[in-house]
Amino acid sequence: MAEISLVDTRNALDPASPLAVRGLTVSYGEKPALFSLDATFPAGAMSAIVGPNGAGKSTFLKAALGLIPRVSGEVQVFGRDVDRVRDRIAYVPQRASVDWDFPTTAIDVVLMGLYGQIGLWRRISGQYKARARACLDRVGMGEFADRQIGQLSGGQQQRVFLARALAQEADLFLLDEPFAGVDAATERAIIDVLKSLQAEGRSIVAVHHDLSTVPDYFDHVMLVNLRRIAEGPVRQVFTAAALSETYGGRLGATQIDTLILQGA
Amino acid sequence: MGAEFVQFSLTPILIGIFAAIACALPGNFLILRRQALIGDAISHVVLPGIVVAFLVTGTIATGPMLLGAAGAALVAVVLIETVRRLGKIEPGAAMGVVFTALFAGGVLLLEQSDTSSVHLDVEHALMGNLEQLIWLRADGWGSLVDPVALAALPPELPRMAIVAVIIMVLTVLFWRPLKLTSFDEGFARAIGLPVNLIALGLVATAAAAAVAAFDAVGSIIVIAMFICPPAAARLMTNRLSTQVAWSIAFAVLSAVLGYVLAGYGPIWLGAASSVSAAGMVAAVSGVILLLACLFGPARGRVGVAAGGEAP
Repeated sequence: MAEISLVDTRNALDPASPLAVRGLTVSYGEKPALFSLDATFPAGAMSAIVGPNGAGKSTFLKAALGLIPRVSGEVQVFGRDVDRVRDRIAYVPQRASVDWDFPTTAIDVVLMGLYGQIGLWRRISGQYKARARACLDRVGMGEFADRQIGQLSGGQQQRVFLARALAQEADLFLLDEPFAGVDAATERAIIDVLKSLQAEGRSIVAVHHDLSTVPDYFDHVMLVNLRRIAEGPVRQVFTAAALSETYGGRLGATQIDTLILQGA
Repeated sequence: MGAEFVQFSLTPILIGIFAAIACALPGNFLILRRQALIGDAISHVVLPGIVVAFLVTGTIATGPMLLGAAGAALVAVVLIETVRRLGKIEPGAAMGVVFTALFAGGVLLLEQSDTSSVHLDVEHALMGNLEQLIWLRADGWGSLVDPVALAALPPELPRMAIVAVIIMVLTVLFWRPLKLTSFDEGFARAIGLPVNLIALGLVATAAAAAVAAFDAVGSIIVIAMFICPPAAARLMTNRLSTQVAWSIAFAVLSAVLGYVLAGYGPIWLGAASSVSAAGMVAAVSGVILLLACLFGPARGRVGVAAGGEAP
């Protein structure tokens, strides 16, 4: 069992980590969103980012990817600058962040995950279409390939997003609330796919809101509320003390006890 | 349809078609990005730019007019961004404030300055002068291959045609980035696409279409063509490529039908004279949108049911 890592800020970021940040600070206007956050996610693990609403979980992913500007801090993906390894990262944004009324089909969305490989102008050959279809099959959405995306349920839309990430054949998967507002069958399907990705040696980092499933789904967890409260293996870090510090008074003592019992 | 048609109707119809296509193409993406108002804003701010250019140069030559319009569009973009940040209000409101203020300023400037010697007035700014873009040197369809007659074409025609073709080529070339950034900006950024540059390019293209079309067809057509054909097209299909094709078809139909109805419609109804072609083209595009709302096969707001339950 690994120990809880205490990041020594004098040392370089761990080059073996698929995602390591140090001193990450982000603000929206004058309001700080993340303050001097350190994190080192282990390779080949399923990692969760957990914290209350507005704690900066999504902001962390966006800032790590360079989608929003950061005030300060260092980010490394596989030991390199994120701009140099974008082809190894698959990002699944929050489902609610896009307009599902957009005139496009499920298979078309998955093909967007292949744009990086196909390029701007090359024709989309049958080989790419077959790959996109295989990705849809893997999330159980094969039969909906030609459906307009607005006609899919929330869970089905989330699976299409995951299929698009699969098409990218990345080594690091960053998912923003992949289980938000999905049905139980979809949650099961998504977790199965993520576990199979992990079995292939890929690393997964997901923003997660359901505390009760953290011990079941994840190996590694970061508790965050503007600052990093704790980070490490779930068994060691996912404690009553850390949770009550993360959520302040928002979680009752009995709730926390139940969670910890489930995890034990 | 002989010599008279070629002389008096062919060139205005063609100019109308090219202007409609040039505006409708970027309009597709503006609408999908919920930025339809940008086309509206641009076509309004063009007016003060043109008036200032006239006051400075004293002519209504094409070059200075286009420069003035482009300058005004730039000023508007900066102002909108400033108002949005300083006032901390949403972009739509900032746009509304800036473009109405600039347009009003343009109207005042126009009324105060002596433009009686040239064809520059509020009516012209709104409705263009489509009916006057005739080809007097033509004496039939044969003129289309007669270099002497072709040299006397109204200059708006080749200008508008070139702009429309350039916009078509750009749309095809940048199809995938346009589509991806319009659908999912966060994902587009994550794979390293220059999202801001693409957004700027789209707005610049819309501005170029508006400026080029403004002089010939006026702001009414420009505003209508940015919005009506793409919005109607969206109701016809759930595929982006098919939507863009429909939008071109609707733009062409509006231009042709609008011009013909404006010229002959009132006479058929027993009235003495024709009505504004620009107004009729815009009105026809509105009717097409209404019909698409009522009968378009993709009109059920499909996204609302499934995407509605945001977390």
